[in-house]
Amino acid sequence: MIDTLRLTAEGAKDMLDRKEVSGAELFAAYLAAIGERDPELHCYLHLCDDPGGDGIPIAIKDVIGTKGIPTTAGSKILEHYVPVYDSTVIARCKAHGLRILGKTNTDEFAMGSSTENSAYGPTHNPWDPSRVPGGSGGGSAAAVTAGLAPWALGSDTGGSIKQPSALCGNVGLRPTYGTVSRYGIVAFASSLDQVGPVAKTVRDCAYLYSIVAGHDPCDTTTVEVPEIVLPQGDDLKGLRVGIPRELNDHPAIEPGVREAVQRAIELCRELGAEVGECSLPHAVDYGLPCYYLIAPAEASSNLARYDGVRFGYRTPDATDRLDMYKRTRDEGFGDEPKRRILVGTYALSAGYYDAYYGQAQKVRTLLAREHAEAFERFDVLVTPTSPTVAFELGGRTADPLAMYASDLLTIPSCMAGLPGLNVPCGLSEGLPVGLQLIGPQFAENTLFRLGHALEQAIGFDAVPARWR
Amino acid sequence: MSEITREQLLHVAHLARLELREDELARLEAQLRDIIAAVSKVSELDLTDVPPTSHPLDVVNVWGDDEPRPSLPVEAALANAPEREGDFFRVPPGGAT
Repeated sequence: MIDTLRLTAEGAKDMLDRKEVSGAELFAAYLAAIGERDPELHCYLHLCDDPGGDGIPIAIKDVIGTKGIPTTAGSKILEHYVPVYDSTVIARCKAHGLRILGKTNTDEFAMGSSTENSAYGPTHNPWDPSRVPGGSGGGSAAAVTAGLAPWALGSDTGGSIKQPSALCGNVGLRPTYGTVSRYGIVAFASSLDQVGPVAKTVRDCAYLYSIVAGHDPCDTTTVEVPEIVLPQGDDLKGLRVGIPRELNDHPAIEPGVREAVQRAIELCRELGAEVGECSLPHAVDYGLPCYYLIAPAEASSNLARYDGVRFGYRTPDATDRLDMYKRTRDEGFGDEPKRRILVGTYALSAGYYDAYYGQAQKVRTLLAREHAEAFERFDVLVTPTSPTVAFELGGRTADPLAMYASDLLTIPSCMAGLPGLNVPCGLSEGLPVGLQLIGPQFAENTLFRLGHALEQAIGFDAVPARWR
Repeated sequence: MSEITREQLLHVAHLARLELREDELARLEAQLRDIIAAVSKVSELDLTDVPPTSHPLDVVNVWGDDEPRPSLPVEAALANAPEREGDFFRVPPGGAT
């Protein structure tokens, strides 16, 4: 009997290596778990047949292009789209023998913080199905927590890996910009988008990152990546941990979240780290406005390709070509992409460019500079990942600005191209609290070291209470 | 900064090639005003001497080798076409683009 709720990817690999289980049995065990729990959770938009072999199964966020497997990005406009080539990360997974279980739910075009913007209906949080799993990658995060995949790939523009991992109680890495290829990924905001792993443990997360990371000639923003080390020890001697005041004292942070994060910071001290306070003066007040100008501006350009000409939905009864473009996009896009396309087009339009987009790019410089200053004194910064635990479905859908504020604490470091790791650090009101570890560019190994040590010390039980 | 008007919104929607039916306009207009007002916060800062950041990594242009390689076969490129004619994407005639 395979307990997919507890089995890690490393554990699955051991079982396969020792021939305790066949590849087919393992794949079938996940499909059985999906059959049992996914009708309630709706993590998957599409399930795959076992392609054969004896590699570890994996779930893939539906913004990641998969040859011959539908890729909708959670949008009606891509409902019948089937990629004719694999994205580079999928090619790397396949070269490593990984087998795709299916494609996971996402906010439309990865725009959202709850998966409620998916055209195919929301995913539910495994800890409490009346609550959201976070977003945009709520499908991948919920699938890993619910034992519907040992690990998964997500994508993160302003928090879409880290925040769902926090709300679902697992480990998610947004890697340094440029370390993982985006060739074949549905583009949202190209100066921010990154693909990254979601897993049950920090070691699994590091392992999957090592499989997908690396320079790709098909994505000229990628660079050579330092060697990735699977973390082992629990000693933090010599590690300098900074606590950015503004991101730890913000009034939006719930008391239960604050307490769990404080305990984790105390543990850092007990494990030998040097802990000190620092300041990121513009991060909280200007991070969100900066992001919600730059990301929509880039999205308005990237989403121009959905015009009904080459792929995707086309309105059935257009009178002429202009009418075809406009009605295709009106009928194909949901509200959130429309809002962002409109904001982005406005921010880029003549007469407003300097005041909005140009100014936001300068704020981005400030954010990068103040993070760089903090990293002169510290090796890693620690904050809550999400100011709140998982919120009720429908709780923020009527007010886009309330939804945007879900990413208050994840966005600033994304603007600076920095890696961030979410590690579960406890429960508040019976729901997981996530700790965000932020490092300088290419310091993933440092994040893994701290994350692994804390994971061992905290001993968080990642299986939702109702299934223990 | 001044508030976005209905006329500006319709102009932006046209630039973005979005039809926006009347019921959508009613729903989106107030939300867009709130969003624009919130992001306008960036204008509080005097950043005259701060250079803009367009890319998070300190990298320069990357040149590809000028060597022909196989590209996507025509059938694959047309596989997702909403409408095709021979080896072409077919679109409705006319209308300003």
